[in-house]
Amino acid sequence: MPNLEMTFREALQKSMIEEMDKNADVFLMGEDIGRYEGTFKVTKGLFPKYGHRRVLDTPITEAGFSGIATGAAMAGLRPIVEFMTMSFSILALDQIINHTAKVHYMTNGVVKCPIVFRGPGGAAKQLSAQHSHSMEGWFAHVPGLKVVCPATPTDVYGMLKTAIADDNPVIFYENPGLYTVKGQVPDDPNFMIPFGKAQILRPGKDVSLVGYSRMTQVNLAAAELLAKDGIDAEVVDVRSLLPLDTETIYASIKKTHRALVVYEDWRSGGFGAEIAARIGEECFDDLDAPVARVGGLNVPMPYARVLELECIPDENDVVAAIRKMR
Amino acid sequence: MAKQAEKLIVESPADFEQYYRDMLFIRHFEEKCNVAYRQGKAGGYMHVYIGMEALAVGWMNAIRKGHDNVITAYRDHAHALLLGTDPVAVMAEVMGRKAGTAGGKGGSMHIYDPANGFYGGWGIVGGHVPIGAGLAFASKYRGDDKVTLNFLGDGAANQGVVFETLNMAGLYDLPCVFIVENNEFAMGTRLEYHAADPELYKRGIPFGIKSERVDGMDVIEMKKTAQQIVDYVRSEGKPFWVEVMSYRYSGHGAADNDRQLYRTKEEESEAMKRDPIKRLVEVLIERNIANEEKLEAIDAEIVERVEKIYEEADASPFPDVSEVYDNIYCDMNPEVGH
Repeated sequence: MPNLEMTFREALQKSMIEEMDKNADVFLMGEDIGRYEGTFKVTKGLFPKYGHRRVLDTPITEAGFSGIATGAAMAGLRPIVEFMTMSFSILALDQIINHTAKVHYMTNGVVKCPIVFRGPGGAAKQLSAQHSHSMEGWFAHVPGLKVVCPATPTDVYGMLKTAIADDNPVIFYENPGLYTVKGQVPDDPNFMIPFGKAQILRPGKDVSLVGYSRMTQVNLAAAELLAKDGIDAEVVDVRSLLPLDTETIYASIKKTHRALVVYEDWRSGGFGAEIAARIGEECFDDLDAPVARVGGLNVPMPYARVLELECIPDENDVVAAIRKMR
Repeated sequence: MAKQAEKLIVESPADFEQYYRDMLFIRHFEEKCNVAYRQGKAGGYMHVYIGMEALAVGWMNAIRKGHDNVITAYRDHAHALLLGTDPVAVMAEVMGRKAGTAGGKGGSMHIYDPANGFYGGWGIVGGHVPIGAGLAFASKYRGDDKVTLNFLGDGAANQGVVFETLNMAGLYDLPCVFIVENNEFAMGTRLEYHAADPELYKRGIPFGIKSERVDGMDVIEMKKTAQQIVDYVRSEGKPFWVEVMSYRYSGHGAADNDRQLYRTKEEESEAMKRDPIKRLVEVLIERNIANEEKLEAIDAEIVERVEKIYEEADASPFPDVSEVYDNIYCDMNPEVGH
């Protein structure tokens, strides 16, 4: 199959269209996703193609429509729910955590709940304190949910297909900074990327840069800077937080003997802390230095661009952390 | 609607006798659950349906069992039993046994039996109401003719997500009956202390949803009203909001052992006069459908049946510890170990 060059956003669209064409039970719901074509235009062109039955504009009522999606999934449909931003999923946490994620266990496996909750998570640009949350760590805390955070157009294309086909609820996390990133996407409607498989996007021998979502792009840029200093960094793209492929992460560290975990979420208690803890537990004998972390500053996201940039980890923060490593 | 009213008049004595059997079965089953709780065989939170039997019996006799959907909160034993769920599996679930409806993972509050149209069994007040609307949404999406009965308590009627759901049910024309089981108390808080306007039936009106308040202590009337509403929702494909006036004789949950904190004994004895089982007994005798001797024989038969259910459930094993990770996901396990 030939590859097509497209943006992360276009790869999402292509993925949804192909899955909707394959299966009449797949439908979309969310705020302003239909007639308005989505705040980040991820659903552009879908309403004219499928109509309001399968591209459903909802009222601004996150808990309510997340619950409706859960009931619809319990009855066998396969909803894809868009949160205008993952920050708004906070209104639906009771539904997602205390209902959706519990269905399969509380029924001892009798009822399945195949839903994808997707949308932009993390900082966009100057959206300030209430619209910039990284929610992936909150969700990855919950048994019963799967959480994936792709970093490239290829991955977002293949992993969304996997998410839609999955019989469990999946949190599909898209950093808004990735929507315009371009890449090669296989022109294959049956292309899928399994969950729970991390990938090495850049091999190296001196240090492992472990990240996911947009921080993988930051790690790639940092690796280029480090190369100029003669440091050969390996970029481990985790991709899937729950399930988590610790095997690939540990194998990289066994090779490089140094690990830096990079994540945009608040440094304290974010999912990077979980990855770092596991590396500490399992790779102690392989490490030449304590596992290190670069996370978002522990502050509500400020508005002024100069302050906002201060909060979000970038390649210079990654390089500085590597230089500090003993 | 007129046709339905006519249908009621020709209901047979056998129907009335069945209502009696159903209500009595729930009463004795729930009393036995209380016994199990006192014996330490049931734990956690457990909420029984004693006093409210006519409500569930009326509604479950108005739907197509196994075809239509039913969902409710945590006071859920009666709904499952009336839909045909194996009573031993319900009792076993209450006792946390492997033979339970959820293999002992759900407990009293989380009884499920989707094969019989029962979707739980939910513990967060009001939280299941949008999920019930989602079941109805699926019916509309597919174009089938299922009706969803979405039971909630008077306390749940104040939850924000219920209003969100009503808006969408009205907006999307979902074939869903929202049934407020108004037993006058949100746990220990009386209706007038928790609702700005205690006429809860009005709450469907702002969303363009037909709304009514009806008596839920008379099983014959309950069945009749329920049938009219279910038929309306099925034929029109529109939602309905109904407030059913009821009363629970038991406490909120098994751990509620001082009802006098929120109501007097006099009030309870007054309410006992409306006991739905007594009311039906009067009708059965008055219409010569059964005499006292026969009713007593039925009672004894049901007591014995419940006793057997209890014994069978109690004789069944607890789940094996190795099952703890099973069915968190359809296709994988989470991280293992402490």
